[in-house]
Amino acid sequence: MEEKIGRFGKHGGQYIPETLMNAVIELEKAYNFYKNDPSFQKELQDLFNDYAGRPSRLYYAAKMTADLGGAKIYLKREDLNHTGAHKINNVLGQALLAKKMGKTRLIAETGAGQHGVATATAAALMGMECVVFMGKEDTERQALNVYRMRLMGAKVVPVTTGTATLKDAVSEAMREWTNRIEDTHYCLGSCMGPHPFPTIVRDFQAVISKEIKEQILAKEGRLPDAVIACVGGGSNAIGAFYNFIEDKNVRLIGCEAAGRGIDTFETAATINTGKLGIFHGMKSYFCQDKYGQIAPVYSISAGLDYPGIGPEHAYLHDIGRAEYVPVTDEEAVEAFEYLSRMEGIIPAIESAHALSYAIKLAPTMKKDQIIVVNISGRGDKDCAAIARYRGENIYD
Amino acid sequence: MTKLVDAFKNRKAFVAFITCGDPTLENTKQVVRAAVRGGADLIELGIPFSDPTAEGPVIQGANVRALAGGVTTDKIFEMVEDLRKYVTVPMLFMTYANVVFSYGIDRFCKRCAEVGINGMILPDVPFEEKEEFAPTCREYGLDFVSLIAPTSADRIAKIAASAEGFVYCVSSLGVTGMRTNITTDIGAMVKLVREANPEIPCAIGFGISTPEQAKKMALQADGVIVGSAIVNRVAEYGLDAAPVVYDYVKSMKDAIS
Repeated sequence: MEEKIGRFGKHGGQYIPETLMNAVIELEKAYNFYKNDPSFQKELQDLFNDYAGRPSRLYYAAKMTADLGGAKIYLKREDLNHTGAHKINNVLGQALLAKKMGKTRLIAETGAGQHGVATATAAALMGMECVVFMGKEDTERQALNVYRMRLMGAKVVPVTTGTATLKDAVSEAMREWTNRIEDTHYCLGSCMGPHPFPTIVRDFQAVISKEIKEQILAKEGRLPDAVIACVGGGSNAIGAFYNFIEDKNVRLIGCEAAGRGIDTFETAATINTGKLGIFHGMKSYFCQDKYGQIAPVYSISAGLDYPGIGPEHAYLHDIGRAEYVPVTDEEAVEAFEYLSRMEGIIPAIESAHALSYAIKLAPTMKKDQIIVVNISGRGDKDCAAIARYRGENIYD
Repeated sequence: MTKLVDAFKNRKAFVAFITCGDPTLENTKQVVRAAVRGGADLIELGIPFSDPTAEGPVIQGANVRALAGGVTTDKIFEMVEDLRKYVTVPMLFMTYANVVFSYGIDRFCKRCAEVGINGMILPDVPFEEKEEFAPTCREYGLDFVSLIAPTSADRIAKIAASAEGFVYCVSSLGVTGMRTNITTDIGAMVKLVREANPEIPCAIGFGISTPEQAKKMALQADGVIVGSAIVNRVAEYGLDAAPVVYDYVKSMKDAIS
């Protein structure tokens, strides 16, 4: 999709301090070498299969399909991966790459904690040191994940700057990387940041759409009519979309966190409310004020609570290849409860944003049409917060 | 018209960084004038950004205070316009790419030229991305200042060759802020700059706070840049910071002269 290296149309680029430039150049060189190296790919595939539990299942949600009375609904079960989310795909890839590059220490940002847990997991597996930056507010919202990371030997640094959420965790991880580059790889968790991160993360997550394609062809003998995924930075979505981009009859739908609504300031719906800008190493769309100050965004989902979106999504939006729709907190919570009751699957609140749109879309489609929803993660981590949202007094 | 290089003519330059609007724009004017009276040869004005990824805690704090006080890019332009009635030394902006980009690069540069700004430093715009900003700067007579870092190595030659105004030599890894020790071989970095571009002055920044450090750094380059140590005094003394900044800048300027 790149028109020139590191760009997706006008988006992407490398807007980072000079101190980091040689580090990203070195990373790009190493990645370009190892992505074509059969032994690296074999090692990664073995980790995917034997450690992470891939391929993840493509499950036909018969009860949900019957209830909605429209298109057939398949769920891509990334929630069944080791550590409970798609994040492990990217992390195993980057950790293996970092190890080949001779790095001994991984740093990462995390919002909900899933990427932090995945990074701590890979670091434990590969015997690397690990430091995770997490907004202080998120360490409180997701206390159990903080414990998980510590359990696996990672150090968790609560970030108190700015809004003390995901964007501030990214800023702090970038600051730490400029401070210590020689032995450290910044294991960025989404398809964002400076080149080559958006490309590397997309490639490691593209296993999702590769599998969906094989699985749906095996089950249905045809491609789906729509693939739906939630979008914060957008790594599970780009992974679910990537191998369908050339299949123009497959609708690609990204679901943004609208928070309390896109007509309020309490939203994180970047495509629907943001404008073009430059932040965290990339040109893309960002929620910001007229002077370019990044907006303090809001979503019930810590994982989608980010003011930007990966540059490849911004490009897919520009060329009209993918659609980006807003889903509110309330709609996501209803979908969270719906799937739990209907199929006995508790989805991550992030993934519930995608489900919510599928629930709206399916009845408008014909019964022989197919929707694939990416269940990017499992919802155990969200149960206490959703219970509180519904007025119950439950804490982790 | 004033140029950034004027700051380096026949002397070691002292560059003072001040965050605009911390805690008020009126205070910033007083602090800038005090720094100039104290001997600053060049003033670096920080336009606050919500997420300053190249800054340490001190300047981050100043950005938070300034934004909380309601400062905006337009108000800063007005402040500079007024300041220019009293200040003749060159002045440049230090801010982040999105502040300039969102204002409109052309519109931003045009306003800079109108109010008497002579250049800009954008720490999140490296050599690879500078063509988006530098040609417009040039059109309005502004220097787009490039940075080199301890990790730049083989990149120094090409950065220096097309540098404008001066080269901002980042003394250490990490973000801005005061440091007890600077271990980078600054002399070697400056030598690489001089080999590629004998004309361009080199100023060293990041971590310098004491007269002893400033003296040592000035021996190896054409000037020193001090930010956090000044911003820290503004944080501590607030609206009474001007005389304290004057004394401090004077002690630093004396040390490098």
